[in-house]
Amino acid sequence: MDKKAILLDSDGIQRALVRISHEILERAKGTKELALVGIRTRGAFLAERLVREIEKIEGAKVAIGALDITLYRDDLTMIGHQPVLHKTELNFDITDKTIVLVDDVLFTGRTIRCALDELVDFGRPKRIQLAVLVDRGHRELPIRADYVGKNVPTALEERVEVHLTEMDGKDEVMLV
Amino acid sequence: MNKWTRKDLLGLEELTREEIEIILDTAASFKEVSARSVKKVPALRGMTIANLFLEPSTRTRISFELAAKRLSADILNIAPSASSISKGETVKDTARNFEAMKVDLMVVRHQSSGTPHLLAKNLSAGVINAGDGAHEHPTQGLLDLFTIREHKKKIDGLKVSIIGDIAFSRVARSNLWGLSKFGAKVTLCGPPTLMPRGVEQLGAKVTHSLEEAIQDADVLYLLRVQLERGSGKGLPSLREYVRLYGIDGERLKKANPDVLIMHPGPVNRGVELTSDVADGKHSVILDQVTNGIAVRMAVLYLLASVRGRNVKTTHS
Repeated sequence: MDKKAILLDSDGIQRALVRISHEILERAKGTKELALVGIRTRGAFLAERLVREIEKIEGAKVAIGALDITLYRDDLTMIGHQPVLHKTELNFDITDKTIVLVDDVLFTGRTIRCALDELVDFGRPKRIQLAVLVDRGHRELPIRADYVGKNVPTALEERVEVHLTEMDGKDEVMLV
Repeated sequence: MNKWTRKDLLGLEELTREEIEIILDTAASFKEVSARSVKKVPALRGMTIANLFLEPSTRTRISFELAAKRLSADILNIAPSASSISKGETVKDTARNFEAMKVDLMVVRHQSSGTPHLLAKNLSAGVINAGDGAHEHPTQGLLDLFTIREHKKKIDGLKVSIIGDIAFSRVARSNLWGLSKFGAKVTLCGPPTLMPRGVEQLGAKVTHSLEEAIQDADVLYLLRVQLERGSGKGLPSLREYVRLYGIDGERLKKANPDVLIMHPGPVNRGVELTSDVADGKHSVILDQVTNGIAVRMAVLYLLASVRGRNVKTTHS
């Protein structure tokens, strides 16, 4: 288990985010009615970076929010489980907007299910898309990503670790 | 962050500062839920909570009820007149019957100190003390700490004066425990007849002069004159109480310019404080009410996660 492979280094992460920004803009045909919502904790940082990249490309700042999906989880009562609760911040009306959900790793799809449930409690977006830095497979729900930084085939017992400068001191995606 | 491990919330006396901080930090995240247009999250879906209020209460009961509903739990409200307690059933039996119906958490208010503790010992369900006699009212103490921390950004070193009927007040006791664990300097002020003997041993300063209590205080916490609980027996007259301990605009001028006025409610206008003070810029009385829901959501959520683990363990 101590064998670590680097999937993306700092430049790799940056390139993936720049490409995803272009793809988001291409699909949305600009920044009108576009908003990014990051899933806490690391998805929120990635959403902030995407907003900055989009601003560099289009010169316009899109609305940004952050979701804490803890209260929407289906495993609150699992043994040993007590997640730390953070704030959800959605300070704009999501109705009729194109919302791009942002997370670091797409795995079982359960986190995204929670985020979709929470999001629709705030309004009725025109459409919801999903951007992830890494898609590692093993879905347990019918959910797929619209924008993917890197597709990585993994074994179930492997772990994908995403480190971001904002909270881990450096940018790196590793397979452990 | 440390983990919450207790099955029950019985009082602030037995909690560590770290445990209280877990509750306050969790509550800070819950505050946002009540500001949404859909004021509901599915966290406690499928959980059943009973409000067992064997002493009249509106505010605390409704606050717990809203907290439970905003977490999607199912809640039962039991009033003494509508329960078998009026037929002579003991509280313990009533509670055990609820447990047999798979109630997960019970919120208990009772006129006798220690009732929630007795139930907690005899039930596997989680028990929350919502006020037991003159002993403790932990969620009130927690929401007061939360409100002070929200406005003052800290609790350490603050001077808090609790004024009024200390003897009959469970609110004063819970606040005294909570505030001293956070390093606040507490002054208790009230008529000698309503001041319990030996209360200085809990680390508070005692005074009978309102002027002394107001001077330099960061928080003035006014207790309700509880005529139904016996405050009246310690007072020659309500008029004399107002003259000696009532706060009006004039007396408030001697206080710190950024002093907070707090009150657990319901306010007796013109007794503990005048309307201009209750509705004035120093008053955070309605913030206390708003924060009460967030704090109770946090307590229900934390106890429910412990309860969930216990239930899973016994079934597997």
